[in-house]
Amino acid sequence: MILVCLILIPFIGGLLCWQAERYGEQPPRWIALGTMLLELALVLGVWWYGDYGLNAMQGASDWVLEWRADWIPRFGIEVHLALDGLSLIMIALTGLLGVLAVVCSWHEISRRIGFFHLNLLWILGGVVGVFLAIDLFLFFFFWEMMLVPMYFLIALWGHSGSTGNTRIQAATKFFIYTQASGLLMLVAILGLVFAHHAATGEYSFSYEALRHTAQNELSPQMAWWLMLGFFIAFAVKMPVVPLHGWLPDAHAQAPTAGSVDLAGILLKTAAYGMLRFALPLFPEASQAFAPVAMGLGILGIFYGAILACGQHDLKRLVAYSSISHMGFVLIGIYSGTELALQGVVVLMVAHAFSASGLFIISGQLYERLHTRDMRLMGGLWGRIKGLPGIALCFVAASMGLPGTANFVGEFLVLFGTFDAWPWVVVVASGGFVLAAIYSLFIMQRVYFGPAKEETPLGGLDGRETVMMLGLLALVLWVGLYPGPLLDTSEAAMQNVERIMTLEETPALPEETP
Amino acid sequence: MNLLTLTFLFPLLGCLVLALSGDRLSLRGAATVGVTALGLAAATTVWVGLDFLEHGSAAQVMELWTWVDVGDFQSSMGLLVDGLSLTMLGVITGVGFLIHLFAAWYMRGDTGVRRFYAYMNLFVFSMVLLVLGDNLLLLYLGWEGVGLCSYLLIGYYYHDSANGWAAFKAFLVTRIGDVLMAIGLFILFVELGTLNIQTLLARAPEVWARGDLMIELATLMLLGGALGKSAQLPLHTWLADAMAGPTPVSALIHAATMVTAGVYLIARMHGLFLLAPDVLTLVGWIGAVTLLMAGFAALAQTDIKRVLAYSTMSQIGYMFLALGVGAFDAAIFHLMTHAFFKALLFLSAGSVIVSCHHEQDMRRLGGLWRKLPLAYAGFVVGGSALAALPLVTAGFYSKDEILWEALASGHIGLMMAGLVGALLTSLYTVRLIVGTFHGTPGSDHSRHAESGRGLVHGLPLVVLIVLSTLVGAWIHPPLDEVLPASPGAAKEAGRHALEIGAMLVAVGGVAVALWLFAWRRALVARLVALPEGARLWRLWHHAWGFDALFDAVLVKPFRGLVWLWRSDWINGLCNLVPLLARGLRWLLTRAQTGRLRHYAVSMTLGATVVLIFLAVG
Repeated sequence: MILVCLILIPFIGGLLCWQAERYGEQPPRWIALGTMLLELALVLGVWWYGDYGLNAMQGASDWVLEWRADWIPRFGIEVHLALDGLSLIMIALTGLLGVLAVVCSWHEISRRIGFFHLNLLWILGGVVGVFLAIDLFLFFFFWEMMLVPMYFLIALWGHSGSTGNTRIQAATKFFIYTQASGLLMLVAILGLVFAHHAATGEYSFSYEALRHTAQNELSPQMAWWLMLGFFIAFAVKMPVVPLHGWLPDAHAQAPTAGSVDLAGILLKTAAYGMLRFALPLFPEASQAFAPVAMGLGILGIFYGAILACGQHDLKRLVAYSSISHMGFVLIGIYSGTELALQGVVVLMVAHAFSASGLFIISGQLYERLHTRDMRLMGGLWGRIKGLPGIALCFVAASMGLPGTANFVGEFLVLFGTFDAWPWVVVVASGGFVLAAIYSLFIMQRVYFGPAKEETPLGGLDGRETVMMLGLLALVLWVGLYPGPLLDTSEAAMQNVERIMTLEETPALPEETP
Repeated sequence: MNLLTLTFLFPLLGCLVLALSGDRLSLRGAATVGVTALGLAAATTVWVGLDFLEHGSAAQVMELWTWVDVGDFQSSMGLLVDGLSLTMLGVITGVGFLIHLFAAWYMRGDTGVRRFYAYMNLFVFSMVLLVLGDNLLLLYLGWEGVGLCSYLLIGYYYHDSANGWAAFKAFLVTRIGDVLMAIGLFILFVELGTLNIQTLLARAPEVWARGDLMIELATLMLLGGALGKSAQLPLHTWLADAMAGPTPVSALIHAATMVTAGVYLIARMHGLFLLAPDVLTLVGWIGAVTLLMAGFAALAQTDIKRVLAYSTMSQIGYMFLALGVGAFDAAIFHLMTHAFFKALLFLSAGSVIVSCHHEQDMRRLGGLWRKLPLAYAGFVVGGSALAALPLVTAGFYSKDEILWEALASGHIGLMMAGLVGALLTSLYTVRLIVGTFHGTPGSDHSRHAESGRGLVHGLPLVVLIVLSTLVGAWIHPPLDEVLPASPGAAKEAGRHALEIGAMLVAVGGVAVALWLFAWRRALVARLVALPEGARLWRLWHHAWGFDALFDAVLVKPFRGLVWLWRSDWINGLCNLVPLLARGLRWLLTRAQTGRLRHYAVSMTLGATVVLIFLAVG
């Protein structure tokens, strides 16, 4: 039942925020903050009391918490929620970034505050649903559901872009890209369901049943095509070059909270989807696909990084750097060793922190300078108190300096991949040099150099300082003591490794008589 | 032993206090905090060192906590104390403390002192972790950490974007080395299953035969990291530009400690390098070529800090040479004496620079020896040690050791390079001292020089002057337990001949240089004015043109690529789909004319086409 609460809290909170607007500006903000804090507390409670270490060797269907109810029995559709170490970490991350998103838009948003928070919270609710849903129909439902509020977030509260695009265009582009890719996933899901029907005579969207079908009943050809359907859907969201076109526009034009959510958790739903669905459902096909995925990962690392070097818009730079970081995630996922997969988990968390940090900093600069164009900045080190030092730390995280979470993630991915794919790792390591280039460009262009004006700008206030230092503390904590995180996801990642290495699949409980 | 953690916790604490205090700390207070943190660290080091030597100099390991533990991959936050790390620790905190103290004089009045000391303390923290780490991942943490601090301190005067770019270049070039080193780490982990240094050294001979391809590759990658950090060919171009930072920074980071990290790395991993004879030979030759290349470049600089920078490069070349012939202890010994006399030279240079109102061009200095006696003394003693004047200087003993090891191990070519390098060293050292302190003042700045005063200014210089003499050479690093015996340890034949030869080269070099630069200045000027002379001067002044080469081969193409791709052509290709849709829409909307006869015609035509298809099909 607690799982249902996790999903419902943001939705209900969102409705309350919407209605609370009539009582003034502040109530929606406080309600949203309270909602997300409640959500976060609930997840941390689940984390504290759950046991994620033991059930490593008993098969993929070992959930720490599970909840199911019939939804549309005729087609075998259920509301089936389940939680393991991986989903727990992702939900905790969602809760945390949810709090952050609310706090960082405290002053930024002044129009239609209630509706803004409704959208913000509904995105988060949808994402939590994605991380919990095990029934494929339900998963698809949440997958599509989180797009709509995101669309409104960009379209209604966004900025117009530096390239002359309007925020509506960016929102539409985002929506069409993800919608079209979602369609492919729907087709793949339905293909799987019909295959299951052909084999057993029953309709089911259940994870276990469909896994059984996918591994035993499908022809390799069919498995390949269905896997591709899932992969492309996730690849668009991740995003994998060449399907990344929506991301820079969406990021550059979204409000800060939107960027934080996008970079911090929406992108992570894609990696989660691969780890939860694409790989376990189609292990053979995924393994055959691994060389392509590795190639795409490397392409993403370099393409994203080189484009990041060429941007003038601070947010676009960070957006392209996200593409580059996601290349490492893709490589880690498809290398399929425990070490690399654990690295992927850490890297997802790390990137959520560091990219959010950089986006929030861009937002804070925008509030003070009313531009995101780095050519108009420069010499800010002496003009803003506090912010440059914090920015420096996030820049260091973004280039994967040891001691930050990003280092642990990226290095574990590479250590885990090197045995099977040495050349991929050697080439991908080159991405570190490029990461240094675009990261230090930020320092050089924004903070160093002669100041354009001498008037000091407002320093960080208490809200901003607490927010940034808290985020920084998390980056360092995961970077220096990732133990708790790794222990939590260990069992789940060992399962994925076992599936990927095609060890004999553990006996599945029979779903259908 | 438990006090060991304090050696890096004090600097870390200092850094945090300075970073978080904001304006609440006065400038004087900030300097006090920064210097005190280092003083405490140095005191702890003395304590730990005495304790260590008392307990028989056996390596001790201290594990703080498990950093990463996934499956087979384990890496701890663990510290390793042995003679080698203790020697490095002594240099870092000892020389570091003196430099911090001096910096309080150098930086007085600068409003960024808080930032300065925060970076400096952070640097010492990272550097201590680098040398104390018991596994390569922790070493890598320190390794990248010092790189970041170096970046921040080179770019300390951030108002001038040139300084920022110099810092950028330094970070980037060393990062290339770091990435190579990371690949070395991957190889070592996959092949040996651990990153713990002691386990690696023990396991490597069991897994690999001497000269095995994998060990050669792994050590080659580690060497890449060492080359970047230690500014050796071909990753050396950053060091001269790194002089943009404040002079104490150059003394601490770019002379005494960080740039020698590469030497430390190779000495630390000596067991691996001994298994890879080809790479070890490469180390020696890179050192030899760098020491000559940098020696010539130092001859043709006018900025006193740049002379010292190239001289540092050259001296580290000697250390690499020593590593290459298997004389690891000689390399570390030279690292230590070099830290003393090069820090002295840089601090004296700092004293000159501040006294002359931030003038550091030799052509505008001169005639200072009466006005700045202490700095002059520092330059003379430090310069003598650098030129390895026989018997009385610390540099003589360490450099002599290196040449002897090269000879004893049968590397005649390397030894000759070392001797030629010694001659060059004498030449540029004398040129530097004569150019700065003798002759006539070249500008008002040097005419109105005011000597530094006070204990903070004087004490570090005096201590380093003492350490740069014979006294410094009496300190024998406790390396016997850690490093293998060097090739020349058991031999004696020819040693005295070589010593006498080296003395002659050093003294002869100084004599020739004095004659040239003090009495026959006109001759030098005439030589430089010749077309060939001018060409040579330009070549050496630009350090053999590596910057231009890399600019043409790497930087320009990369910028071109970035410029070409800046508008995301892959996205552009994807945008063709909406364009196509719009085109089709345009076509179809054109068809909707609203005229009945058009519709009638198209309907008839369509029906005909369908009928034909039906008839044919």
